[in-house]
Amino acid sequence: MVQIHRRTFLQGVGVTAAVGVLGAPSLALGAAKKVVIVGGGTGGATAAQYLRRYDPTIEVTLIDTSKEYYTCYFSNLVIAGLRDLKSIRQTHEGLSKRGVKIVHDMVTAIDGGAKQVVTASGQKFPFDRCIVAPGIDLVYGAVEGYTAELEEKIPHAWKAGSQTDLLAKQIKEMKPGGVVVMIAPPNPYRCPPGPYERACMIAHYLKQNKPGSKVVIIDPKDKFSKQGLFTAAWKKHYDGIVEWLGSDKVGTKFAIDPTTLTVKTQAGEIKADVLNVIPPQRAGKVAQASNLVDDKGWCPVNPATFESTLVPGVHVIGDAAIAGAMPKSGYAANSQGKVCAMAVALLLNGKQPVQPAYTNTCYSFITPDQAVSVAAIYELKEGKIVEKVGGLTPADASDEVLRREGQYAESWYRNIVVDCFG
Amino acid sequence: MKWKIATSGAVLAAALAAAPFAQAVEISYAEVMAHTCAGCHGPNGSSVGPAAPTIAGINPELFIEAMRDYRDGFRAGTIMPRIAKGYSDEEYKLMAEFFAKQPFKRYDQPHDAKLVERGKRLHDRYCEKCHENGGKASAEAGVLAGQWLPYLQYQMEDYLAGKREYKEKNMKNKLTEMLEKEGQEGLKAVLNFYASQK
Repeated sequence: MVQIHRRTFLQGVGVTAAVGVLGAPSLALGAAKKVVIVGGGTGGATAAQYLRRYDPTIEVTLIDTSKEYYTCYFSNLVIAGLRDLKSIRQTHEGLSKRGVKIVHDMVTAIDGGAKQVVTASGQKFPFDRCIVAPGIDLVYGAVEGYTAELEEKIPHAWKAGSQTDLLAKQIKEMKPGGVVVMIAPPNPYRCPPGPYERACMIAHYLKQNKPGSKVVIIDPKDKFSKQGLFTAAWKKHYDGIVEWLGSDKVGTKFAIDPTTLTVKTQAGEIKADVLNVIPPQRAGKVAQASNLVDDKGWCPVNPATFESTLVPGVHVIGDAAIAGAMPKSGYAANSQGKVCAMAVALLLNGKQPVQPAYTNTCYSFITPDQAVSVAAIYELKEGKIVEKVGGLTPADASDEVLRREGQYAESWYRNIVVDCFG
Repeated sequence: MKWKIATSGAVLAAALAAAPFAQAVEISYAEVMAHTCAGCHGPNGSSVGPAAPTIAGINPELFIEAMRDYRDGFRAGTIMPRIAKGYSDEEYKLMAEFFAKQPFKRYDQPHDAKLVERGKRLHDRYCEKCHENGGKASAEAGVLAGQWLPYLQYQMEDYLAGKREYKEKNMKNKLTEMLEKEGQEGLKAVLNFYASQK
């Protein structure tokens, strides 16, 4: 009888639950183990949270320049005016409540030899292990004529916050019938489907508010993430509004004239009314300054622990890390933060890490209430993170299924920020 | 590298009993795997909504059954049919045991308060026999009380459209009977009753 069997099974679980409580306090003598986390975004916050959970005796200090963090995920909805910036703002208060020591300062050096982190104000934080989650650094000059100083006029909006609001404002103030030109980045970069979701969201806004306007994507790639799904969505919802120009047309090198907002490509010039340049990327500045990067600007790591292969005792997670088949996404950073926390907690207790598990799910909105997704499970195989299974929203998914994905996308946002930031 | 997989609380219990004052940091592969679900289903499987279901406190057999059905194409879903293919039966079991142990956390959610009383009566008449304790029990069937309303609606739509298989003939009978006598409004009332539960 099925029912009786179910009861028996559950009772069995109940018994193991009674004894299977983790995190009994360590009675080891001596100073507490110290972990310093550099960077309080998605990856760093997750690592902090799970370290405290795996071993509450570890002293965890998280250092970030900023008191608030705006998630890059869901920022395209802010650009379309569908959410306000405040709704994607996260803080470190939840981590603080869980016993993470929060320091707001700028890290100037991570010294793997001396095992300490040094900040701009001159503070020194010794560590047994350090976890670095520095995010990305933008290589402005790779688009000729674009500079850091110009971002107040020509936003990248690839780090969320005031840049997100600025792009939203420029689009709102654009003349009807105007052209928004986006320059997409080459691989690898943060949030592979992001530029194309952004095109959907801007197109939605223009369709509703500024008929006759267009979005043109200048792309140095010949293909991109969720291409079939985005292309179908553009045709269905934004026909004649979104135009994608790949490398076969525009080439791979672009230059801008910031005065006239003109973009020069091999196919000729295009004049923008609003220009959004998403430059090529590399690991965040602090990783560059701490010898954690390879010659391409990203951080090589042991994927079982995320320990740097260049600086022992220092781990790198999130967008900055080279993580095999995993994309540079929020969910990937969250997943890596947990694997890294597990490995660090066990290593500091003289144990070997257990088998890691990694996952990623990325939702992209194509309309205000419909989303498409990519999901994958990864495994460690011969020292590399490889995709075990994965897949996209089916091309023939009904509007009802896409609306469910929209609801699940919203759920994903709410749950993952709780999982990361508390 | 060979992975040592701590498969159950029993292994840990033995370790603790043998050396009660030793360092007690133990992390199981089951836990590591289960934590990958949190991005959508919430920390420890309790979702903060508005649609992704809470899987904490689930009957472990139902968890395994759901994963197999998603994997083998017997149950419609969005991302779960893709994700379920990534794990073995043994891994389903490890995650099932983990989530079965977690408390089902209930959060306030939007619902139609005017429907709750009728929903409770209909629940008692048609559903309580298996979904005991007002839909809170997990021993015989899925936990419904406090589950997110959009998810409950999607599941009902899928059952009625033949996209989700009835595991108990009685459920099909009771649901059909209720819809005949009480209509879609009756079903809506029951679901709103579950959504009201804390």
